[in-house]
Amino acid sequence: MIKPVFLTTDVLLFLLFAVVVVFIFYARSKPHIREPWQRVFSGRIASASAVVLLAFVLTSLLDSMHFRLPLENNAVSDEVHYSGEVLSVLDLMMGPLRTQVEKTYSAPFATQLFSKETVQLPGGGEVRTNPPLLYGGRHLQESGEGRGQDILARSLRALLQSLLASVLVFLLLAALLARRDGCSIRRKMGDILAGKTALPWRVILLSISMLLLFVFLSTNLAVAYHVLGTDKVGQDVFYLTIKSIRTGLIIGSLTTLVMLPFAIMMGILAGYMRGWIDDIVQYTYTTLNSIPGVLLIAAAILMLQVFMANNPEYFETTVERADIRLLFLCIILGITSWTGLCRLLRGEALKLREAEYIQAAVSFGVSHGKVITRHILPNVMHVVLITVVLDFSGLVLAEAVLSYVGVGVDSTMNSWGNMINGARLEMAREPVVWWSLLAAFIFMFTLVLAANLFSDAVRDAFDPRGRER
Amino acid sequence: MFAYIVRRIAYAIPILIGVNLLTFYLFFVVNSPDDMARMHLGMKRVTPEAVEKWKVDHGYDKPLLFNEASVGVEKVTDTIFFEKSVRLFIFDFGHSDDGRDISFDISQRMMPSLAIAIPVLLVGLLVNITFAMMMAFFKGTYLDVSGVILCVVLMSISSMFYIIGGQFLLAKLLRLMPISGFEPGVDAFKFLLLPVIIGVASGIGSGSRWYRTFFLEEAGKDYIRTARAKGLAESLVLFRHILRNALVPIVTGVVVILPLLFMGSLLLESFFAIPGLGSYTIDAIRNQDFAIVRAMVFLGTVLYIIGLILVDISYTIVDPRVRLA
Repeated sequence: MIKPVFLTTDVLLFLLFAVVVVFIFYARSKPHIREPWQRVFSGRIASASAVVLLAFVLTSLLDSMHFRLPLENNAVSDEVHYSGEVLSVLDLMMGPLRTQVEKTYSAPFATQLFSKETVQLPGGGEVRTNPPLLYGGRHLQESGEGRGQDILARSLRALLQSLLASVLVFLLLAALLARRDGCSIRRKMGDILAGKTALPWRVILLSISMLLLFVFLSTNLAVAYHVLGTDKVGQDVFYLTIKSIRTGLIIGSLTTLVMLPFAIMMGILAGYMRGWIDDIVQYTYTTLNSIPGVLLIAAAILMLQVFMANNPEYFETTVERADIRLLFLCIILGITSWTGLCRLLRGEALKLREAEYIQAAVSFGVSHGKVITRHILPNVMHVVLITVVLDFSGLVLAEAVLSYVGVGVDSTMNSWGNMINGARLEMAREPVVWWSLLAAFIFMFTLVLAANLFSDAVRDAFDPRGRER
Repeated sequence: MFAYIVRRIAYAIPILIGVNLLTFYLFFVVNSPDDMARMHLGMKRVTPEAVEKWKVDHGYDKPLLFNEASVGVEKVTDTIFFEKSVRLFIFDFGHSDDGRDISFDISQRMMPSLAIAIPVLLVGLLVNITFAMMMAFFKGTYLDVSGVILCVVLMSISSMFYIIGGQFLLAKLLRLMPISGFEPGVDAFKFLLLPVIIGVASGIGSGSRWYRTFFLEEAGKDYIRTARAKGLAESLVLFRHILRNALVPIVTGVVVILPLLFMGSLLLESFFAIPGLGSYTIDAIRNQDFAIVRAMVFLGTVLYIIGLILVDISYTIVDPRVRLA
């Protein structure tokens, strides 16, 4: 039996995901919430980036189901011991990529190590050469095929597979839409292809096909080659970047989740109650806001390091320790980014409390708690939403910087920040080892760009001021 | 005006006290000095004597808040809180954990920090305003749309990539300038060129997109329509009316970060080995030198608050309608 491991961030991430799903079902029946969202998804760019974001989210959810495998049973006792290594479902899916570790650096699609080594010839004597890789392109030695030919054949196969899968998705979608609208599948297919649907399904399908192509390319190529090379200790860089997705997403999403309750409660209370509550809240956020963010984070993380070094008994595995550090980083990032939202909400609540419908509610004798939850909260939610989506990309970027400064995620954790940090030295090598940096760049850039484009659409749809322009 | 400034400074004092208490709590209460000593000495085979010696050497051997052993005023003053935290108020930063005078280090490192921060700010402003004005001028055309998209793309690239990529491309491949290093005086120019270029480039995306909204906001106002209606040339409208008024939010946004320029840029300085306050801070964080981090937190806060006061004053200068009471 496997032993499931529930890391704190896993639980929180799934909780967040559940809240979003529940919200979607709730919002389906509320026209005033549906309407702006429909406007968001009617944009082509926003829909395409939403598909990309969803792919990232699914990857990180798969990577958030952790467990420990049992070790080989020894005959002495029946007690099962578990391996110290914590794996995730994603690790299982990417099986060979995780285990096929080379000796050291190798370039993308290489069949030989990047550096020369002295190899003993079987007939005696030595020669300086690039020894062949243990795993990358090993099948070529057996079949004797050319590398270029093999890559081409595999890419073509991937292309074919993804085309088939895309057509399948297309038919499925058309059937579903046709059933919903009660028209023939054939007509619906025509509509989608002509781009005549309310939601830009054509663009969404196109981005799904691109994703499918990516998936099939990696299943065909990554099992046979190290498509993005290997790093210093021979680990597959492609695997490392995929594993880093979870870290980036958690920093971007949990940080806001952690700070939201405080920001909403304090901001609304300050604006609605005024008086001494307002003074205290204002004082708190001005004080926190006055400390330069990086320094506050650095101070807090340094202290956490001291605490962890002195209390190693709290953490069963290194993964758990890294996880607590990640969570703490989210909390401290939340504390520094909390102040902006709080100030915005305070201003909003100040305006709203003078609104006529709220004055009416108060004079009818509705309690303050009811007024806040029933009238003020729903009317500031758009501010909260805009802030959350706008903050996301900035937080993902911040992780890289913080890891460089040395106060980011644990150095044992896969993250783009750690990859970039390592790549800094690789770029100074001669010849240059460029693939780690490139891999981190591509994935991070895709995520941040998609998040930026999507958040722009959300802001335009929800910001009442933007609508008039 | 004078009374207003005095009041603002008075407001700043409770905030500074709050920051001071917070850092004190973080650095001395969450982890006792014993923990810090053990951390610094290495985890293995720490003898109580070694911990005690480390604490005496670094002045952490006193009680936190109240010293029973002393007499009179010293009961309060001969404590860690007074020695390490209250002293910050008179800018007495004390000594770093490896025994260097922090105030001296700061005074030495301020100039290199400014030498890079000021050009980045000024050139960046010029470039961003130019781009933003071009986008606003061609509003709604393909030039504007592609400009905005370019801005989003540039924004989505981590500043780390700008630095590593720029260093690699311009310094290593093209050998246009030294990769890193610093020399005081006129020679500094060749060392500063690359970090300034990279610093400006990494800010173009967010900066010009942000400024573009200022220009558009101003361009939609009634007096602009009036100016156009009376037949003013478009270039005159842009430069004489829109630019001057859009500069108000831009300038006030810049003023708030002016004092913080002294703190330098963490990333640029550390990547280019410029001996400024930014690299000083990073080194302190990496070496876990708590004394320096504490000093920088306090200094940064003071500078930020000064920036806020300067913003209010600059409002009255650039916008005569604003009166400080």
